[in-house]
Amino acid sequence: MTTSPLLDATGVAKNYGAVAALRNASLSVLPGEVHALMGANGAGKSTLVKILTGAVSADSGSILIRGQAHEIRSPAQARRAGLVSVYQEPALIPDLDVASNLRLTRTPVEPFRQWVRELGVPDLDLGETARDVPLAIQRVLDLARALAIEPDVLLLDEMTAALPSDLAEKVLDVVRRQAQAGRSVIFISHRFLEIAALCDRATVLRDGETVGVVDIEPGVEERIVELMLGSRMEKARASAADADDGRQSGTTPRIGVRKLRVGAKLQDVSFDLHNGEVLGIVALEGQGQDQLFGALSGSTRPSGGVIEVDGQAVEFAHPTDAVAAGIAYVPGDRADALLMQQSVHHNIALPFSANPRSWGPIDTGRERDIVRSAIERLQIDTRAQGEVQRLSGGNQQKVTIARWIAADARTILCFDPTRGIDVRTKKEIYQLLRQLAEQGKSILFYTSELEEVQLVCDRVVVIFGGKVVDIMPAGIASEAVLTRASYGLPRDAKPASDTSAVNASDKLGPS
Amino acid sequence: MTAFFRGKGWVTGLFIMLALLLVFTRVIQPNYGANDFGSLVRAVLPFAFAVAAQTVVVIAGGIDLSVASMMALTSVIAAAMMDGATEEFALLVVPFVLLVGLSLGALNGILIVVTRVPDIVVTLAMLFVLQGAALLVLDAPGGSAAEWLKELVVGTASVPGVPEAVTDWIPKGLLLLLVCLGIVWIPLRRSWLGLSIYAIGSNQLAAFRSGVPVARTRIIAYAIGGLFGAMGGLTLTMSTGIGAPIPGPYLLASVASVVLGGVVLGGGRGGLIGPIVAVFILRLVRTDLTLLAIDPNVAAIVEGTIMVVVVMLGAFLAMRGRTQ
Amino acid sequence: MSISAAPEPSVSLRRRIKRFMSDQPLVPLLILLALLVIVLQILRPGIVNERWIANTIKFAIPLALLAGCQTMTMLTGGIDLSVGTVATMSAFIMSTQVIDHSPAVAILICMIPAVLIGVANGIGVGIFRVHPLIMTLGTSLIGIGCLQVYQRTVIATGTKVPDFLGWLGTGLSYGIPNALLLFVPAAGLIIFTLSRTGFGRLLYAVGDNEKAARLSGVVYWKVITTLYVISSLLAGIVGLLYVGLIKAPSLSLVEPLVLPSVAAAVIGGTSIFGGRGGYTGTILGALILTVLTTLLTVLQMPEGARRMLFGLIILLVTAAYLRIVEDR
Repeated sequence: MTTSPLLDATGVAKNYGAVAALRNASLSVLPGEVHALMGANGAGKSTLVKILTGAVSADSGSILIRGQAHEIRSPAQARRAGLVSVYQEPALIPDLDVASNLRLTRTPVEPFRQWVRELGVPDLDLGETARDVPLAIQRVLDLARALAIEPDVLLLDEMTAALPSDLAEKVLDVVRRQAQAGRSVIFISHRFLEIAALCDRATVLRDGETVGVVDIEPGVEERIVELMLGSRMEKARASAADADDGRQSGTTPRIGVRKLRVGAKLQDVSFDLHNGEVLGIVALEGQGQDQLFGALSGSTRPSGGVIEVDGQAVEFAHPTDAVAAGIAYVPGDRADALLMQQSVHHNIALPFSANPRSWGPIDTGRERDIVRSAIERLQIDTRAQGEVQRLSGGNQQKVTIARWIAADARTILCFDPTRGIDVRTKKEIYQLLRQLAEQGKSILFYTSELEEVQLVCDRVVVIFGGKVVDIMPAGIASEAVLTRASYGLPRDAKPASDTSAVNASDKLGPS
Repeated sequence: MTAFFRGKGWVTGLFIMLALLLVFTRVIQPNYGANDFGSLVRAVLPFAFAVAAQTVVVIAGGIDLSVASMMALTSVIAAAMMDGATEEFALLVVPFVLLVGLSLGALNGILIVVTRVPDIVVTLAMLFVLQGAALLVLDAPGGSAAEWLKELVVGTASVPGVPEAVTDWIPKGLLLLLVCLGIVWIPLRRSWLGLSIYAIGSNQLAAFRSGVPVARTRIIAYAIGGLFGAMGGLTLTMSTGIGAPIPGPYLLASVASVVLGGVVLGGGRGGLIGPIVAVFILRLVRTDLTLLAIDPNVAAIVEGTIMVVVVMLGAFLAMRGRTQ
Repeated sequence: MSISAAPEPSVSLRRRIKRFMSDQPLVPLLILLALLVIVLQILRPGIVNERWIANTIKFAIPLALLAGCQTMTMLTGGIDLSVGTVATMSAFIMSTQVIDHSPAVAILICMIPAVLIGVANGIGVGIFRVHPLIMTLGTSLIGIGCLQVYQRTVIATGTKVPDFLGWLGTGLSYGIPNALLLFVPAAGLIIFTLSRTGFGRLLYAVGDNEKAARLSGVVYWKVITTLYVISSLLAGIVGLLYVGLIKAPSLSLVEPLVLPSVAAAVIGGTSIFGGRGGYTGTILGALILTVLTTLLTVLQMPEGARRMLFGLIILLVTAAYLRIVEDR
């Protein structure tokens, strides 16, 4: 490979406040190659994409396109530099017709039409409002629009996720030919099958750093999984010994989910959550877990299937119904759960006044006792209790849980409660969840940090593409097993690849 | 329902409704003639410009509460400047007042973009500021208007070769309205800028990703709103011959007509024709109520209730649109 | 483990001032009030005396109560522009009904439109999600229309302001305004409601983060409807007090107080975005505005300048507030 890279990003770093989303990412794409960009949840993939597309600017690092340094501050600048992206969400303006959308982005119409035909949509009406175009076709139009500009580098973010297989085939075909014509494609996908079929090389990110660049060849999946896991691989394997299989089968489950469907994102999900159990949910981003939690908490109406609470089918019209059934939801984003300008006390006591019957004067003494015991139980640092927004992230997260301990909820739905908080608080939360389960409460626990499954859960449900792909006892749910399962790969690794991850990343460091 | 609401069907429906109302008016008042239509148009004029101002801003995803104050201020500025001045001087006054409207509208936009205070609060504050400014210009109704300006809205247009029976039904005011709106709206609608205004109202993130300069476009949308507001102020001065510093009931009427005209609160959808037809409908309902010998105060209540219900419906549809 | 709360020694003075301002909003307000009084005394030596103070309090009370409506609605991120109309309606209806009925009955009758408008506001804002500003403006227009129709029907009746309202509105006992007899309990009740009842907590909660409140089981429209009814009732009571003060019921009696009521709440530290503020600050805000109005009158500032000033105050205080919040 003597050719110089078309796009060469090196040492890219980005901090959000004190959190480093990217430490040292590099990405080098050669002309005529399809290059996969991979990484587990939170590895910094989406931040790197945002930087490349100009949505945010990097704190440091350089981006060279055709050997020239470029400062990319907006999508328009990225485009002028020769880098065009197709985003995960459709980028057409929903209320404009397709022709106006083309005008808005100054896309030549004839090449666009040709690409649309080539991508397998023969009968497109340019006068149709984008909103009325089916989602899958919108994705194709986005791609055609990008192709019509003839970019040097094309960035495709989860391009095939919403496509039916025939369209996806066409898309992959077009992308391949694009590369053959000497252009480069950065391809982001969760589907190993596609990557194996399409890509030449892959860059793997972990913890905000590029940990390896691999050539795609048969059996490379294992190496990529190893790279994504890094040193955690060993530890995970070591603890995989003590398998503890399904508990409490036979008793009525606290929550039974039967063939639950929500929109297009969640299709046919069934599982049981028992009293005294912490049930893990593992999924890559956007596999339907948000919809699952939304439906169970009464925020989203399911489009099919049944939710049973203590054996009785229920329908939640409003979160207040779920709360009345003893089901509390701790959302992933603390900003969705907290009254940022109110005190710790008010935040914890919030559910007490929710019901109109308790709108009257507050029994302050009793309330103070309950709140205080919840604060003590979670060891919330109350030096800054005047306003929750002044607390550290970890303490904020504790408040969101303390609220439901004070309200004595029987079931807590925790959506990634340990994201972005310090190690000590994480440990405290693990302990707390275990304690609650021992008291007979039930907990549904979605986590993006796979190691937590074995620390906290009894069993784990893996969801991929809106469906349950695996349910296993936590004992065997090592990070490697979960990673494979969450990419839709078979649970067990093929024994072929036995290279230790540490060595792999040494060998494959960015060259 | 929603698909129909934003389609061309809605505007056609509004035209049919307007025609039916005109027929109904003729039925309850057989004498209703070209003269009455002329006075309807004169009554509609300021409302129509208020609606146009609101429409542009709402399409861009905002709202302008200061529209009535803007009209009052521009109206008194025009009336005060023309007071005792020559007819020719008015030729300077008109562009000056339009410029004032444009700049104050842009100021609305700049304040929203720079302070990051929500549009509704900024324009509420501006409502009071502009109202106060109007009182400073004229503390009571007064001033005057140039004769040629006043004539612009009086009488009917005469088009050579067209029989009088037809031109009788074309009041000058209507032509003025169509010309003023058309001169701004038609080129805008066809331009890239116009697309950008729809784009930022429809989906700000997608607009940004499509390369639209969001902040600048927002400021321009408010500036155009201010320009229409100034036109409305001028028509107030034209039709009354004076300037009144107290804002008229144009705010709620403009929001209601915008909603009734098929422009969704929240932005991105609709056009100018629908709201303009809607404002004619609302005024004609008022006329009919008067013709039916209903106490004008009761008519005001009915009209207010219609407007509130329309706005509630619009908000409801906008909310459904968000959740879907 | 990071605790952002621990007072870091390196915090800049500016930041400390900002934090102090947001923790103790009352202190700067008191200082501002004192400054205004001093300026007034300098401009017009001798104007500040016992009678002036009693008079200022008398005029500040209706404003403060009306600003109570704004405080409560603004805590939820709303605003109630119909309070002027509601107060005017109740004042006018009471003073006409009192000719045929006993004052108690007249007062009951005049509260009916207040409740109706409150319910309409609540439904529009809580269920249909119309912006409160537009909704309350709309009901206010309808209310004025109704009042005009009503005026026609009672045009021959004439109006009367019951003596006890005059006594309450304008009277002094031992140099202290009688209106305080109404104001102190009312203000106490508002403060108690906001800080010590479940309903008050929910006002802060839905204004701070509606989504979080929803997930905790709070049903938005129930809170909002109740709130707007309470706001309307309070406005109705203000109308009665104000007509006792002015003694001349008209169709635009309380309308001039609407803008100052919004400004008073904003000055008093209640965030127009919701979730933050309290009634104590609003009372000080009302006093400040009343003194400021006297000052502007002394300076012979025209009405227009006053409105511009109030509008600018709302904008500047809101923008400054955003900065204070964002800097943390």
